Amino acid sequence: MSNKFLIGMWDHEEVFLHAAKHLTHDGVEIHETLTPFPVHGLEHALGYRETRLHTAGFLYGITGTTMALLLMGWIMSVNYPIVFGGKPFFALPSFIPITFELTVLFSAVGMVLTYCTRNKLFPGYVPRIYDPRTTDDRFAFVFDIEGKSEADVAKLRTICESNGAVEIKTKEFKEGDGL
Amino acid sequence: MHAYESDYREPLIGPSVKSYTQITDELVRPTEGVPPLSWWILFSIMGMGTLFFLFCLGWTIWFGIGTWGLNKTVNWAWDITNFVWWIGIGHAGTLISAILLLFRQRFRTGINRAAEAMTIFAVICAGVFPLLHTGRQWLDFFIFPYPNTRGPLWVNFNSPLLWDVFAISTYFTVSLLFWYSGLMPDFATIRDRSKSKTRKFIYNIASFGWQGTAKQWQRFESLSLVLAGLATPLVLSVHTIVSFDFATSVIPGWHTTIFPPYFVAGAIFSGFAMVETLMLIVRKLFKLEDYITVNHIESMNKIIVLTGSIVGIAYITELFIAWYSGYLYEQHAFYNRALGKYWWAYAIMMSCNVITPQAYWFKKVRRNLLVTFVLSIFVNIGMWFERFVIIVTSLADDFLPSSWAYFSPTWVDIGIYVGSMCLFMTLFLLFARTFPVIAIAEVKSIFRTSSAVAKAERAKEAGSSSGGYVGSYQVGILDKDAKN
Repeated sequence: MSNKFLIGMWDHEEVFLHAAKHLTHDGVEIHETLTPFPVHGLEHALGYRETRLHTAGFLYGITGTTMALLLMGWIMSVNYPIVFGGKPFFALPSFIPITFELTVLFSAVGMVLTYCTRNKLFPGYVPRIYDPRTTDDRFAFVFDIEGKSEADVAKLRTICESNGAVEIKTKEFKEGDGL
Repeated sequence: MHAYESDYREPLIGPSVKSYTQITDELVRPTEGVPPLSWWILFSIMGMGTLFFLFCLGWTIWFGIGTWGLNKTVNWAWDITNFVWWIGIGHAGTLISAILLLFRQRFRTGINRAAEAMTIFAVICAGVFPLLHTGRQWLDFFIFPYPNTRGPLWVNFNSPLLWDVFAISTYFTVSLLFWYSGLMPDFATIRDRSKSKTRKFIYNIASFGWQGTAKQWQRFESLSLVLAGLATPLVLSVHTIVSFDFATSVIPGWHTTIFPPYFVAGAIFSGFAMVETLMLIVRKLFKLEDYITVNHIESMNKIIVLTGSIVGIAYITELFIAWYSGYLYEQHAFYNRALGKYWWAYAIMMSCNVITPQAYWFKKVRRNLLVTFVLSIFVNIGMWFERFVIIVTSLADDFLPSSWAYFSPTWVDIGIYVGSMCLFMTLFLLFARTFPVIAIAEVKSIFRTSSAVAKAERAKEAGSSSGGYVGSYQVGILDKDAKN
């Protein structure tokens, strides 16, 4: 894990988005991209793959549907069949509300757990804060400069400057550093 | 790269907000420093009310349901009225965060956080009532589908009361997840501003270690969109199922097919009214007039006049159908509702829910904050009486005239109800002091499109000195150097 970074910061999301397009186009290797709020189109500019979170949500959802129907069907018609108002044991219409609720519940809980896992979010996780202002008003690219020559770093600086960065700085972390 | 927004559209962020840092400062400030005296006064009053609420709960559990004003005929009264009322109030939060997100209504960003918090606190208050009314509260776990140890006896999956258990618990869970996933980035913003180590540590835990990388945001957007898609039918299903508690019974006055849409509209109606009551207090208390603008209030008032009218049509349809059915008991139930011994409750319901909100057809009224505040409280009162009217008047005149009865609350009934409002306010006041009351990241994301300053800047660039609606705002151009 590298510990030395160059951080280029922007103050306007549109300029930043243009910079993202240029940098990706020029094949500059970006270690991390940080923004205070979701910038529309940024993931396309950076060439990120579409997230599969919604597919996961669908799979969790149908798991809930199946679970609810199977469980209620088994309970009401196999394990403890009892006649309510002369209706069939497997009374599908009256199972629909709970089936729907469980579909939503499974999908939502499953998706949030997946989201937290994939995004490395859990209470107590200590992230590396490259610059505290990236959650305030700065849009930043972080470049890994561990073991890079002076000339390479200078080149990165020029690229940032020519693309409208308002602040450029380097930051070094110690092993196990956070916050 | 913004979605296009006409500059003639009224701004959603006021003219004094000039930079992202200013948004951070102003929205995080209420969580920093010592709270104002007004907060302490409110908090102590509400805290004492909450203690009294707990006392009344204890009293009910110790002495039993007999301490309430229920009788043989009216066996469901304030408890279920309060339950439906609170659940209804809880509906606006998810409606604002989910449905308005799907409809891309930008005005949601100013109010969604507080409305979602309100949902969660309202559902907590609502849950108390059915759990208490079971009578032997220590056996409440029977509502969950677990196999009975004395044989394979299960809960009845054909019962709307059980559907309600699933609906309410799912609704609570999904609202909580939705709310919290939106809070993580804002907690990270507070963390990164904090000077003290303890504060940094606490808010880092609360933020789940959020960093704000582009990949995190990409997943965040996907999550919010799908959760919104799931929560939208969920909101509609919850109150539909609550209405099934009544509609699937064979009590005249309850056994009607109009209940689901009527209850859903009523829930949204009362929910928005409560959001307005709270937001008008919050914007004053924390000086957030630039984030919760008159424009936001007007938008909510439009929804109130719409849903209020839907509810009004439902009342009249009910009366018509009762007459048209030719069914004596149904006709009596409705005659009794409007003109019988509870006529005063019906009159309060009609005037607060149907008549007074009609004032919102006038723009001047919609934009008047004092009138809005008063009317929002009227709606809260009216919607409580709606549930009271439906529940109590239908039960009070039984099929047998010899068992007709009248319901009067005891001090325990009143204590639990008023106490639940204090609990709600206590939770809300704590929330307002420790959480960002307005979604910081979301407000920033509409800053370049919908703020007064950005609009004025664009008008100036286009060479217009008046710039349509924007021109009426006396604002300078976007302050690029201000702390940026």
